[in-house]
Amino acid sequence: MALSGIEIFKYLPKTNCGKCKFPTCLAFAMKLAVKQASLDQCPDVSPESKAKLSDASAPPIRLITIGTGENAVSVGEETIMFRHEKTFYHTPGIAVVISDKSSADEIKQKVDKTVKAAVERVGQHLKVDLIAIENESGDPQKFAEAVKLITGLTSLPLILKSDKIDSLKSALPFLNGKKPLIWAANETNYHDFAQAAKENGCSLAVYEPDLNKLSDLVEKITALGVKDLVLDPGALKAKDIIEKFTIIRRSAIKKAFKPFGYPVMSFFHKSGDSMMEVMLASVAISKYGSIIGLSSAEMWKVLPLFALRQNIYTDPQKPMKVEQKIYKIGDPDKNSPLMITTNFSLTYFLVAGEIENSKVSAWLAVQDSEGLSVMTAWAAGKFSAGSIANFINTIKAAELVNHKKLIIPGYVSVLSGSLQEKLPDWNIIVGPREANAIPVFFKNEWK
Amino acid sequence: MPFTLPKETYSGKINEVKIGSIDIGGENTLPFLSFEGTVAKKPIVALEVQDVVPQDWPEALTKIYGKVMKDPVVWAKFCETELKADAICLRLAGTHPDKENRSVKEAADVVAKVSSSISVPLILLGCNHAEKDTELINPCASACAKPSIIGKAQEKNFKTFAAAAQAFNHYLIALSDLDINLAKQLNILLSQSGFPKEKIIMDTMSSALGYGLEYTYSVIERCKLAALHQNDNMMQMPIVNDIGPEAWKAKEAKADIAEWGDTEKRGILWEAVTGITFLTAGGNFLIMRHPEAMKLVKQTVNQMI
Ligand code: B12
Ligand code: SF4
Repeated sequence: MALSGIEIFKYLPKTNCGKCKFPTCLAFAMKLAVKQASLDQCPDVSPESKAKLSDASAPPIRLITIGTGENAVSVGEETIMFRHEKTFYHTPGIAVVISDKSSADEIKQKVDKTVKAAVERVGQHLKVDLIAIENESGDPQKFAEAVKLITGLTSLPLILKSDKIDSLKSALPFLNGKKPLIWAANETNYHDFAQAAKENGCSLAVYEPDLNKLSDLVEKITALGVKDLVLDPGALKAKDIIEKFTIIRRSAIKKAFKPFGYPVMSFFHKSGDSMMEVMLASVAISKYGSIIGLSSAEMWKVLPLFALRQNIYTDPQKPMKVEQKIYKIGDPDKNSPLMITTNFSLTYFLVAGEIENSKVSAWLAVQDSEGLSVMTAWAAGKFSAGSIANFINTIKAAELVNHKKLIIPGYVSVLSGSLQEKLPDWNIIVGPREANAIPVFFKNEWK
Repeated sequence: MPFTLPKETYSGKINEVKIGSIDIGGENTLPFLSFEGTVAKKPIVALEVQDVVPQDWPEALTKIYGKVMKDPVVWAKFCETELKADAICLRLAGTHPDKENRSVKEAADVVAKVSSSISVPLILLGCNHAEKDTELINPCASACAKPSIIGKAQEKNFKTFAAAAQAFNHYLIALSDLDINLAKQLNILLSQSGFPKEKIIMDTMSSALGYGLEYTYSVIERCKLAALHQNDNMMQMPIVNDIGPEAWKAKEAKADIAEWGDTEKRGILWEAVTGITFLTAGGNFLIMRHPEAMKLVKQTVNQMI
């Protein structure tokens, strides 16, 4: 729970000594409250106060990092219930489950497919983030072999999916320092599992469908000194996903209920039907899920989930935008087409992507429209004949091309007349409405 | 620390809309939170039919409707009996001045025929050209065989729509531009013109997965919060999401790109995920195109209620 400046002030030495570089303790407290200063700046705050303050100012949902290096996945540390209140910060990790019953060849193929399930979208690289190795065989030996094989194939962070301590112990030596997530401690195994997680510096999932029991179990496990937890309340049906995830999130954020102050997860790989699996995973993505397990990573399956995750986790306060300038797509010269669009990232990347598809090099002039799409910007008066003409003149587009043709988006064809008046030396051409028609447009109409 | 259910109490309630076999809304909780209140009646799905053969529908759709598309009556019957849609949405796309610019008379004829041939409720939509819709709506509203849902009334033409809906005892879909204040304002304008607020269904405008979905998502959530927490009776209308045109415009839904995997499944999921996401935000009612996408949504909803 966030503390107010006044509440923080109570714990400071109140000497106004100035060592923190603020004139008074109160001024420092005010800065702390808005996170513009760090408690370390005061050398005199007592250890007890420090503990109280860091406890009270700890995020309501703990940040959990799985894996190491550039592929590490961090989830949690969310602060709100609804994305419009501020933003959701840590995009959920998507995991693919691989069974240790599979043959070495099958495992290799599945890992390969999983690693390749990636796409560039709106300037972001979207991919499957984790691999979960499931001890379906129940055999510690087999589990260890599968783990060993997979660590040799990919550096994606791993989830060790077994509730048997023997299996866990035989696999962990292959993951030294790699910080996998262990799935999962339950009512019967938690002593051993907590111990193993602690010794190996791993995060630990806690599995328990009954929320009362889950909260007890979490307290028992934290009492054993394990802090990095992920909660799996066994939400396999849409109703449980929404209800249990909401209850856990709300308890953490609104009631500061510590046992539920962790990210939540669910595995949907046993849904039976791949299409339903995607539906359930979608519900989990919009409703607070932080780790989502799938049975496989076909692109038609993960693409909608990637897009949903990207949408739900964009910052509602600032539309993603690109810089205003003329972008070179391919290797354009003086005869290449010149097109204009707005600086909403989505718009830019769609148009740039389709120009690339067309294999025609082109100049893409991107006008600042405060991050609004073509029609929105037009409706808001941020993409008008005046602003376009102004932009074309200031960037000296006339020096780039010698054909003096400017292609405008089809959706703003209404602008062509007034734009022609404002840019009399230019020939205004109305392009297609949808970007995906650009390749055909170049083929048929760009001579 | 003992765990207690973090229940919230809501002072407001969403209006219930009952028309023929449709019964939606009525919830006094955020979507599907049955542990703290009465969950909505099951959200329903209408399938879309058009008065002309759509030119821009991808193969995933023409494969299913190819044979029935030429005749809206046959098409509507097919959706009702074969595909088991909860309702039929007739979109008068052919009347758009940029398309076939079909006449008001032609449109009203189609409405009369479709409306009398189906037994599930009809949702009648214009072509989303404010002026043309204004011309169409009264004759078409009068051509409906029974009380239906008509739309979409916008700020520019709400008076005509309200009058037509009232004259023929229809519900009204009120469309606003992705903004909670505009949505509320339109509801107020409609109420002030004498239209009963209980007969309004809000369309806060839908965008597709990957193409602005988050805007629609948050507007729906904010509407529901205002309706339930603040008991704002100008926000308590059930919400409809007309997702077909947006979802099937997305490149991911229809482009044959080998690296993206099976185009048909991808398209179905694009529409289904768009739909279920709006329902989890608080939508009460979807207008969709693909029967498999509809089934997926329904299967998921059945798990929630
Ligand atoms: C999300 C959205 C918003 C978001 C803003 C999102 C953003 N960053 O722009 C919000 C909620 C803020 C918003 C606000 C408004 N919106 Co708005 N919004 C939309 C919505 C649903 C999607 C827009 C979108 O993101 N599209 C995706 C992008 C990628 O599309 P795009 O930029 O057009 O690019 C495509 C093509 O144009 C083409 N293309 C782009 N550049 C080029 C260049 C060339 C050369 C070529 C050939 C092609 C090409 O390629 C792209 C892919 O095909 C649309 C409806 C719709 N489905 O389109 C309404 C829409 C654009 N909005 C509209 C309106 C009216 C408004 C408001 C004025 C209403 C209001 N609430 O006051 C405000 C204005 C904002 C302001 N600041 O004042 C109207 C515009 C009406 C019109 N054309 O007459 C629309 C069409 C809705 C409607 N009524 O039908 N909106
Ligand atoms: S350093 Fe500590 S004691 Fe000194 S003014 Fe700052 S907060 Fe107060």
